Amino acid sequence: MNLLNWFSRGSAPIARERLQILLAHERNERHQPDLLGILREEILSLISRHISFDPDKVQIKMDRGKSVSTLAVDIEIPNSFAAAGDASRHRRPRSKRLRNDAARSMDQRVA
Amino acid sequence: MKDKKSARVVVVTSGKGGVGKTTSTAALGAALAHLGEKVVVIDFDVGLRNLDLMMGAERRVVFDLINVIHGVAKLPQALIRDKRLENLNLLPASQTRDKDALTEEGVAKVVAELRSKFDWIICDSPAGIERGATLAMRYADTAIIVTNPEVSSVRDSDRIIGLLDSKTEKAERGEFVDKHLLVTRYQPWRAARGEMLTIDDVLEILSVPLLGIIPESEEVLRASNVGSPVTLNNPVSPPARAYFEAARRLKGETIPMHVPSESRGIFNKLFGRKAA
Repeated sequence: MNLLNWFSRGSAPIARERLQILLAHERNERHQPDLLGILREEILSLISRHISFDPDKVQIKMDRGKSVSTLAVDIEIPNSFAAAGDASRHRRPRSKRLRNDAARSMDQRVA
Repeated sequence: MKDKKSARVVVVTSGKGGVGKTTSTAALGAALAHLGEKVVVIDFDVGLRNLDLMMGAERRVVFDLINVIHGVAKLPQALIRDKRLENLNLLPASQTRDKDALTEEGVAKVVAELRSKFDWIICDSPAGIERGATLAMRYADTAIIVTNPEVSSVRDSDRIIGLLDSKTEKAERGEFVDKHLLVTRYQPWRAARGEMLTIDDVLEILSVPLLGIIPESEEVLRASNVGSPVTLNNPVSPPARAYFEAARRLKGETIPMHVPSESRGIFNKLFGRKAA
């Protein structure tokens, strides 16, 4: 870059070129919705309807190639997975009960 | 003269901070008022107001935009009439830290009320692309994009142009906000030596028509020091002339654009290299 600088005297041509490349890229992205974000959301919501998993153990990767792009979804599922429907049916009342217990013990303390 | 007006709503915006939005708002507002137009400048930079300081009205602020939106004050109570030009008015921003104090409905109401009373409503946008900036441009008919001939400023301007084409009321109706580029802090001698992007570079990259070229000048700092728009403080100085020309172009006049150049300033070439 120093050499180029030396030949062209100023650094403005470099600024111009960098901007042209960068903005061409950014303008292109601006017109596309966040495809990866949308895919991630929809795929996860679909799978979580059937299997419960830890959302932190999900990896979604998109590799953009020249002619073909790949979408890789990697979800770690515990071996003892339960159907999400069951899990929510069991879990919710339990958490409510816990909250009630906590509230009750608070009341007692106050009393 | 009174009422039945329908103001043109202009947003002065940039994305990047420190490029000269507030200076340009004050200078253009004063220039238009000097040309006989009825003008109100609104500071949208809630929490960090500065337009009052540039206009020399900081000690006269009683009520502000947020007060009007929340119904604490009536619009005429909040408007500050300039002491030098009676048809120049300021609606200051508030110093509240509450970012949600500005609401879309509130801004719409204030703008609608001002439209019938003025020829020009000039909205000084805060930097960034957050709520304040999008609300400042929300109801604009015209946008002035203030850009320095420097990479980060040009990039942010491009981003702002994208927002003007998508987040404004006009854009949502399928129309276009009328966009103009105002290049500020231009140093012709640097551009001539290939050390700074030229006007042509910036225009080619952003492809927005040029409203004016404001040369870098100590007059701008001097004007802000004394709290007077540069177009009033020293109307014959190069930046003030450039702002006056830009104001007349905004009004629809055709004025040939002259790129400030160093051709006559051989003295400058030899000594100091100070811009214009």
